[in-house]
Amino acid sequence: MLAIGLGHYLTVAAILFALGLFGIFLNRKNVIVILMSIELMLLAVTINLVAFSAELNDLVGQVFALFVLTVAAAETAVGLAVLVVYFRNRGSIAVEDVNLMKG
Amino acid sequence: MHEFVHGGAAMIVQALAFYLFAFVTVTSGVMVISARNPVHSVLFLIAAFFSSAGLFVLLGAEFLAMILIVVYVGAVAVLFMFVVMMLDINYTEMRQGFLRYLPIGGLIGLVLLVELLVVVGGWALSPEAAHSGAAPMPAPGVLSNTHALGELLYTRYVYLFQAAGIVLLVAMIGAIVLTHRQREGVRRQRISDQLQRRAEDSVEVRDVPTGKGI
Repeated sequence: MLAIGLGHYLTVAAILFALGLFGIFLNRKNVIVILMSIELMLLAVTINLVAFSAELNDLVGQVFALFVLTVAAAETAVGLAVLVVYFRNRGSIAVEDVNLMKG
Repeated sequence: MHEFVHGGAAMIVQALAFYLFAFVTVTSGVMVISARNPVHSVLFLIAAFFSSAGLFVLLGAEFLAMILIVVYVGAVAVLFMFVVMMLDINYTEMRQGFLRYLPIGGLIGLVLLVELLVVVGGWALSPEAAHSGAAPMPAPGVLSNTHALGELLYTRYVYLFQAAGIVLLVAMIGAIVLTHRQREGVRRQRISDQLQRRAEDSVEVRDVPTGKGI
């Protein structure tokens, strides 16, 4: 219990990932919270990478965690830009209203 | 993982720090997806990032911890806050039907969590895996984490580093192109028109008779 090992970090990351997935289902009317849930999932992945990097004594995991953070930041910027344009055109940010292409 | 921690007291402190950061991270994650007000969601997201940075420090990744705070709390969370404040949305009516997707979402989340925990519980590292690393971490005290990361990032992974820069550039251009718009009816200064203006075009001398208008 007191010796903190790889399993502890992986458990925290697993809980965080499941929370992110749960948040995507829960907040169907608010795309901002969905984007935040995606951020939580990417954070869980980053924790996994860093935990394995420390466990295996290998620095490459941290390099790739850095790239994951980069891509997450870019994704957030583009996602929020799309959200702003969508709100400007439709006046709503609910996922349920995105049905323009429904046949 | 923690070769430099030998004493029992240090181990207890480390365990306590881990449980504190893990608890705050998970609790903030719960609050991010369940808070009524999106502003509170963003604030809890910031708390989750901060405590994850603490976890990174415990793992010996100081540079990533600082990056997490500077980039995520300083840029991404502020961007979220900016958008939440900028959009004029009634967030209370957004909560209606909140619980409709609770059963299916909870089921899928729970199944995924159980699967992940089964994998974490029943998984073992092969003994030789610890020695097959591509870039062994320097011993503490020899080279700092930031220095070692830089030496790796700017040599072996320099192309990936450049690609990451291109990804950021494309994202920046994309965000600008998406949100930029030309507004109608906005007065703005046109320097060339001002410079081309002449006195004979704009000033006219009229001989006004007394007692009559023009």
